[in-house]
Amino acid sequence: MESLSKAVQLIVAADPDLVAIVGLSLFVSLSATILASCMAIPLGGLLATYKFAGRRVILIFASSFMALPPVVVGLAVYLLLSRSGPLGSLGLLFTPTAMIIAQTCLIFPIVLVLSMEAVKPLARDYDRLMSAMDVPPFLRLRTLIWDARFGIFTALLAGFGRALAEVGAVIIVGGNINGLTRVMTTTIALETSKGNLQLAMALGLVLIFLALLVNSAIHAIARVGKKYEVTR
Amino acid sequence: MKLFMFLAAMCLPTFGVASEQYITLASTTSTQNSGLYDQILPKFTATTGIEVRVVAVGTGQALRIAKNGDADVLLVHHRPSEDAFVEDGFGVQRYDVMYNDFVIVGPNDDPAGVAIARSVAEAMVALYDTETIFISRGDESGTHKKERSLWAEAARNPSGSWYREIGAGMGAALNMASAVDGYTLTDRGTWLSFQNRGNLDLLFMGKNSLLNPYGVIVVNKELHPHIKSELAQRFVDWLISEAGQAAIGDVRIHGKQLFCPNASGQDQAKNKACPAS
Repeated sequence: MESLSKAVQLIVAADPDLVAIVGLSLFVSLSATILASCMAIPLGGLLATYKFAGRRVILIFASSFMALPPVVVGLAVYLLLSRSGPLGSLGLLFTPTAMIIAQTCLIFPIVLVLSMEAVKPLARDYDRLMSAMDVPPFLRLRTLIWDARFGIFTALLAGFGRALAEVGAVIIVGGNINGLTRVMTTTIALETSKGNLQLAMALGLVLIFLALLVNSAIHAIARVGKKYEVTR
Repeated sequence: MKLFMFLAAMCLPTFGVASEQYITLASTTSTQNSGLYDQILPKFTATTGIEVRVVAVGTGQALRIAKNGDADVLLVHHRPSEDAFVEDGFGVQRYDVMYNDFVIVGPNDDPAGVAIARSVAEAMVALYDTETIFISRGDESGTHKKERSLWAEAARNPSGSWYREIGAGMGAALNMASAVDGYTLTDRGTWLSFQNRGNLDLLFMGKNSLLNPYGVIVVNKELHPHIKSELAQRFVDWLISEAGQAAIGDVRIHGKQLFCPNASGQDQAKNKACPAS
């Protein structure tokens, strides 16, 4: 209860440090979601529409990687971006960019598998019609992805939720640097380790509130979209 | 594609940061959690214009980050590891910065009788003999290494369900000790700033036997050419200068001094204003 009132206070006061942390959280996780989607949605559509060699292997790997612990992803990206690693010369470690890369890797399999599942039933339904009309492959893919967009939305939300909630990857590649790479989840971890359990819990509630806000916004957009379609 | 380009554009500022004056400091959770950096770094940045980015992890991981060349300067608290770091060529030179001390905390009714022990070895033996719950960091941090050496000094090898190696930071260890009424070894700084004490009390201070000295080392530029050794050296010079030492000595939490500056090589045991004495 104390945490709840503290959470309300934090939101109402709009403390500049907190606003910056919340902003970075949103920026990193939204960027990762967009980046992952740019790659995962077309690939998911492809996997749902066409049968090709290696498809099953990709699927098995993708579904397994959905269970990847964030710490492992963080460690892999750390080794990649470390000055002693293959991409060390870019100097990206301990920057928000590194955090976006890690979260993109983390949620890519989730968006991939879920968007494939969203396209699959449509691909089955449309198959005969599209074959009969001799629709070229690219147009076929585009049509299917567009028509499955509400299911794909859910895939995006799942990916975004996972990105926003994880702490293991960003704390390793970001370093939880005050004012630079500190996000909501790493702040919560830090405050917990200081024994500030009330504040940590309050920040947790702020995070939930944030997720609520983003989700409601997306749902509202989706609803408006659906209505528009019906009346069209 | 448009989205991607938009995103790339948004990421650009973070690439651009590299041209600004900043150094990366690999350090320990004990120094960050106690609020040391929040209090001294603004003073350093104000004088020099150099921003210090602190990555606070366990001493073991901090050493690893520095070895990989991912930090310009290192501030940790485990003398043997620090000396090995310099000897192996990863660091240039180690400087004394400050110290405080380790203390044993535990439930205030003190079932193991740690508070009446006459030496730290006696306290460790008491914990061992009564088999009261002891939370060990178990993470190769400076505090964990100190704890292992204390068991060795007491000629005891703890094992069994009472001895819990949790593999986590100091805060997590204190949280757990507080939750299960267990004992743990902690640095005084983290203890003073720790909020969730429950029944925990400070039970044993070892004075000189439990000193916790911190050292600062600039990472060797010869191994990692991108290391900003010049800026890092300015940070070290400031830390051990009169201004830096005064800033460290001024750090207070709940009115208590957290660290004793000792760069000038003054005799630690005689520094009466310090928490360790």
